[in-house]
Amino acid sequence: MKFIRAISIFCLVIFTSCSSDSDEITPVNEVADLVKIQTMENDTHLVELYSIDGKLEQGYNKISLRIKNKIGQEFLNNATIEWKPIMHMEATQHSCPVSDVTKTPGTESLYEGFIVFQMAENQTEYWALTLNYAINGVDYTVTETINVPASTRRKVIVFTGTDDIKYVLALIEPSEPEIATNDMIVGVFKMENMMTFPIVNNYKVKIDPRMPGMGNHSSPNNVDLTQSSADKFYHGMLNLTMTGYWKINLQLENAIEEVVKGEPVSDTNEASSIFLELEF
Amino acid sequence: MKKITYIAILLLLMNSVLYAQEKYNDTTEVVSIKEIILIGSHPQVHQTEPKPLGSIDEYLETSARINMIKRGAYAWEPMLNGMATERMVITIDGMRIFGACTDKMDPITSYVEISNLSEAAITSGQKGAENGSTIGGSIDLKRRKTGFNETGWKAGVNTGAESNGEQKIMGAELEYANDSFYFNTDIMYRDAENYEAGGNREVVYSQFTKYNISAISGFKLSENQAIEGSFIYDEANDVGYPALPMDVSLARAIIGSLKYEHHQLSEIIEHWETKVYFNTITHQMDDSKRPDVPIRMDMPGWSDTYGFYSKVNMSLDKHMLTANLNSFYNKSLAEMTMFPNDPNENDMFMLTWPDVRTLYTGLYLEDVIALNEYYSLQLTGSLGRHYNKVASTFGLQSLQIFYPGMTESKERYLKSLSSQVLLNKKNMEYTLGMGYGERAPSVSEGYGFYLFNSFDGFDYIGNPNLKNEKSLEMNTSIGFENKKWNVKLTGSYFHIMDYTIGKPDFSLSPMTIGANGVKVYEQLEYASLFNSDISIGYSLHKNWNWNGKLMFSYGRDNNNINLPLVQPLSYQTSLQFRKGLFSIEAELQGATKQQDFSPEFGENETAAYAIVNVSASQTLFLNQQKMTVKLGAENIFDTYYSTFSDWNNIPRRGRNLFVNLNYEIL
Repeated sequence: MKFIRAISIFCLVIFTSCSSDSDEITPVNEVADLVKIQTMENDTHLVELYSIDGKLEQGYNKISLRIKNKIGQEFLNNATIEWKPIMHMEATQHSCPVSDVTKTPGTESLYEGFIVFQMAENQTEYWALTLNYAINGVDYTVTETINVPASTRRKVIVFTGTDDIKYVLALIEPSEPEIATNDMIVGVFKMENMMTFPIVNNYKVKIDPRMPGMGNHSSPNNVDLTQSSADKFYHGMLNLTMTGYWKINLQLENAIEEVVKGEPVSDTNEASSIFLELEF
Repeated sequence: MKKITYIAILLLLMNSVLYAQEKYNDTTEVVSIKEIILIGSHPQVHQTEPKPLGSIDEYLETSARINMIKRGAYAWEPMLNGMATERMVITIDGMRIFGACTDKMDPITSYVEISNLSEAAITSGQKGAENGSTIGGSIDLKRRKTGFNETGWKAGVNTGAESNGEQKIMGAELEYANDSFYFNTDIMYRDAENYEAGGNREVVYSQFTKYNISAISGFKLSENQAIEGSFIYDEANDVGYPALPMDVSLARAIIGSLKYEHHQLSEIIEHWETKVYFNTITHQMDDSKRPDVPIRMDMPGWSDTYGFYSKVNMSLDKHMLTANLNSFYNKSLAEMTMFPNDPNENDMFMLTWPDVRTLYTGLYLEDVIALNEYYSLQLTGSLGRHYNKVASTFGLQSLQIFYPGMTESKERYLKSLSSQVLLNKKNMEYTLGMGYGERAPSVSEGYGFYLFNSFDGFDYIGNPNLKNEKSLEMNTSIGFENKKWNVKLTGSYFHIMDYTIGKPDFSLSPMTIGANGVKVYEQLEYASLFNSDISIGYSLHKNWNWNGKLMFSYGRDNNNINLPLVQPLSYQTSLQFRKGLFSIEAELQGATKQQDFSPEFGENETAAYAIVNVSASQTLFLNQQKMTVKLGAENIFDTYYSTFSDWNNIPRRGRNLFVNLNYEIL
């Protein structure tokens, strides 16, 4: 027993002395559960973009980032950040719904927010992301092209309502659907102009999940989505009775309970004109 | 409160037992109230049965209390007193086994062969609660074995052929027995093509192939002690179900047990036996043979059961006491995978039985009291704990879509009580009985997930909140027997409270393409079932016998609406001639029009029918070897018909000629 203890102390000494060779104590890895998308660079800083799978995709994307000082190699923890994704189309440019960029709670250097890419890139049209940030009253900026491929299934829709407003509706949850009662979350935005997409308040998103491959089978006890006062997204319950391809038919109802887009599914109407898709 | 009442009644019963013990001293033999059907290779069966190598289903169907639900040529589902398998207990030598098919395509009776069995003991109502809680009663299939006899080696061959469906039957038996050891083994193989209904109309997907191997062996440990091991392997392949949209590529059972028994343990304890057992069933349902389906699917199911029972028989003055402590643990899992027509889409998967575990432990007590020379009284009581748990989180979450607050487990206590008086005087025998029993919902009723019923065209959803189903029953019989006549009239009435049945919920969307809707299991306030039959035997002459049977049933719910699968007035009559080793028999059987049908269950009026069967047998001796040849023709006039219990009205077999051969080599 004493022998084992002696050995372990010996090992401990060896390893600590080894690690003391490096000049800094490794902090908690704040991006351990994340995968890097890309690193943006300007003269002074490196900006690392992260997401859960290291990819961006058409639709809702939750993005984390941190800014590293090129000189000191340290991560900044006192930045105020703004971002602006721009779609460079052949004839025009536009932005998309974004959140504010805020410090991730419980971390030193990580910031987060979301971007809803309502369209995907193609051979001639692409997205670029600009970050404007300020540190101790000094402004910096960085811009780089980002890759936003199309999603395999429809995760975001853009449509004009009967009220002539152009809406963007994006699926946030379930990101990993199960045969169960799933929490469903969508974000609803309106296009005020090419660059501004504020959240729409006090609407309702009615859902009707269907399996077109199964004679338009539906599930019971779904709960339509209403706005949460906390995150301003629309929350409801989505029941999925089996794996496979599901079409979530939608109707968007405004604050005075008028449907501005979408139709109920019936024997004669197989699907609504607006829908999201899930496959698992 | 209920529990207190129950205990009070038990105490009361015990009191009467004690009281009776004091009062009477001499023993009188008490007649068993069970109905016994002899099966398979009993020597006498080969001579008396119209078709000795018939399936076990055909044997069971000869009972007036049993009807078979037919979904094809194979694996008929027994109904006892008009109640199907969820309301009855079927055991093999006291072992519980549960089918692995969500569509009831594999009743337990499909996993044994006539070569495995010597008889089926049919007990009606609560007297059948020995091996578990029941409403309709129980069928215990008894294993065939030589026992400790000095019979030495014996071997035999059975073979048969049928013209309609081209069924080929082959079987062999080998056995050895002496006074301290026995060993029996048998093998049986059946292979059939599609059969033809009357008028040469082929019933497609009615083929099947099945083989069965079994062994049983006993060894005496001492004069009064013995152990016995038993094993059955049964496999069916390529089984068509013409009444259903799917077939079965594999249905396999492995059934094993080990028993210890002790005779004459003491003056009072005549017999004590304890058995441990296991069985595992694999069932693969698929539609690969069907050319035209809306969507391809696979629906495999598995059911494993482990259990034991320990049973004592005691004899004390006027009392014959039986106590049976039994327990089983079952695991039922079934899944469905559908392959979308669009190859770019993912497979659609669900659990149709969400890995439901059932643990049942029950104690059954029975006392048969010889009150006096003529009267005897049979009292039975049982108390069981029934525990269900959904072991799969996946499955539990699926069901929570329908039942958001549903918990994974449910515990129930199941009680049963019955009493029956038997009067046996001169040529007459009367019985009068009453009983009360409860049962838990079956796995499908409690936890099934989108189980398609092709009869009514509805998808069924289980309901974990079902209460116990409770039954109050009354039964009576009058029998008369003399040299020439035997007549027996029996009747039983079941008042079933919280009767479990699927009811449509049109707010739900069906899963199966083309289904009419979704039914959820609910409970009716009550339902009533009445069954009666009269059987008459008359000995016309020393060689001539006439038998007749008439059966009538009635089943209504609390709104006086017909229950499904209720037998119309049916009859059977036969005339036999027997002289020496030769016998010949003609039989007429039929039913009147089924007027009381249940449209909600998809039933329609079934026309009246009558068919005629004939058979003849001769036993020959060739150098000490005995051979029995049986020839017969069923449905000799090739009538096209179906019965009330034919699923989706699939027609029964047309004219069929058969030959059965039993050859005793040793």
